[in-house]
Amino acid sequence: MVVLISKRIGFMVITMFVVSVLLFLALEFSPGDVATKVLGPYSSEESRQLWLEAHGYFEPAWKRYGIWLGKFATGDFGDSVRFKVPVSEILWPRLWNTAILGFWTFAFLIPVSLALGVLAGMREGSKLDRVISVGSIITTSIPEFASTVFLSAIFVFTLRWLPGTSSMSSGFEFKQLILPVLVLFIYDFGYVARMTRASMAEVMTTPYIRTAILKGLPYRQVILKHALRNALIAPFTVIMLQINWLLSGVIVVEFFFAYKGFGALLLEASLNQDLYVIEACAMVAVFVAVTSQTLADIGYTFLNPRIRFS
Amino acid sequence: MAELVKTLSPAPSPGSALGRAFKSFSLLKESPVGMIGAGLVAFWILVAIFAPLLAPFDPLATLKPMAKPGTEFAGGGTFWLGTDHLGRDILSRIIFGSQTVLIYAPLATISAYVVGILMGLAAGYHMGWWDVILSRISDIILSFPVLVLYIIIIATYGASGAVIIVAITFASAPGVMRIVRGLVLDLRSREYVAAAQTRGEAAMYIMLVEILPNARGPLIVDACVRLGYVIITIGVLGFLGLGLPPPDPDWGGMINETRKMAMIFPHMTLFPSIAISSLILGFNLLADGLREVSLRD
Repeated sequence: MVVLISKRIGFMVITMFVVSVLLFLALEFSPGDVATKVLGPYSSEESRQLWLEAHGYFEPAWKRYGIWLGKFATGDFGDSVRFKVPVSEILWPRLWNTAILGFWTFAFLIPVSLALGVLAGMREGSKLDRVISVGSIITTSIPEFASTVFLSAIFVFTLRWLPGTSSMSSGFEFKQLILPVLVLFIYDFGYVARMTRASMAEVMTTPYIRTAILKGLPYRQVILKHALRNALIAPFTVIMLQINWLLSGVIVVEFFFAYKGFGALLLEASLNQDLYVIEACAMVAVFVAVTSQTLADIGYTFLNPRIRFS
Repeated sequence: MAELVKTLSPAPSPGSALGRAFKSFSLLKESPVGMIGAGLVAFWILVAIFAPLLAPFDPLATLKPMAKPGTEFAGGGTFWLGTDHLGRDILSRIIFGSQTVLIYAPLATISAYVVGILMGLAAGYHMGWWDVILSRISDIILSFPVLVLYIIIIATYGASGAVIIVAITFASAPGVMRIVRGLVLDLRSREYVAAAQTRGEAAMYIMLVEILPNARGPLIVDACVRLGYVIITIGVLGFLGLGLPPPDPDWGGMINETRKMAMIFPHMTLFPSIAISSLILGFNLLADGLREVSLRD
């Protein structure tokens, strides 16, 4: 057990290391490009050389990488080219806003998709099962940017119930959070519900469920006491992995609704070639993704005794 | 003796493989959901092929800005779905946009499959170091949030058709590799593989001729689902302003260009959204139907 956890954490560290090398190679390897991005395309060759010298870019690449990684580990991400302030000053508030968005998405996603998935999987092939299955295919087929368009057309332009942007310019307003959360919910719901359904359907065919039914236990009790506990192990992993998925999803949603979050920051940075912001955002995104995957693996071994004791 | 050889090497010949693929498509008739999916996909393929005949206007011509759906054009014809902010006919742009998406999405998917299949065959058949290295590489790539990966690649190398295909290949091949590897690990212990090894066939021949055709069932289903995701990806990139450069019509880009006017002219974003959603839905329903049919026999 301890071996397994330390293995997973070791893999997480290796992944972060490899990602940092790749990121460095892609974005920082060529000093000339860095100077052009930081000082702008119209800067003189002389000023670029001076800047490169002042920032230690004439050192060999491996040494620069070491310094770069050291700064990263201590939270010094450099200055944003566009906003002229340290990246960390922009990054953490943005990340917090995205966390709020993610929290509310999960707060609706988990109960609804688990409940519907279990209901569908309880009686495979029933009418309810088919409705839920086809419904989840339809919701996963609508890309987020299309559902933002559809939902805005209904709730913003036609019914005029909700605001069309979520910039929170006059303080936090829950009303502005509804559409972004709804879009993320719709996109993720189908996948989690289908996975829960598959897991539940599989459990329902096992011998111990048949035994429980045949020995005359009430159906309610069979489901609640015997089936659910085993059927919810797989969806746990699926939900943890949705965090990775959500990191992609927030980019689209935040961009559309002008929500001041982490995804929008990464996108703006890449459109403006704001180098240090891209690096910081990418590292944070991968860190969150890898951490959630590691937690999913570790949690899974806790939940599933067959892995824990083997 | 002849009979013995027959029972020892029951690897299906290519002819019967084609026949069976055809059969599973004709079995699709029994799945109404799959048939709807096949119909949607076929519809868009036909639209893409006959785009020049179907489109009422030139998709790039600026005719009459911000016309509502159904407006008559002074020069003859009707803007059935209206025009965009630059006065280009939206119906024609959607029709030609289907070409863009149905060229780039399959190309990117095929490219991801070629790389993923080769990786998966090597990892699953040779095992050992091949497997360790290839699996670790794909684990690392898969731990990236996909869109973050695309944004970094495109921010570094610029947006063009080739970069988009390479980026999608890079991000999707590891997923294909995992599936292929799992299938190969199961198939490599079959008798017909042992027979081929005994005949002294090269590893490459065994992987491509003996193993790969027998792994095709799950791969076809996965390809349909993946194609749907690739279409979403191309749409998302266009929507975020990272897609194919304008002015060629691209559904995601169309939504991005006009979304600020959606308050007054919802038709500009609504119709491209319906187009892309229906195509993705088609592939997903088709995949679901194929899965249902393949589980039946």
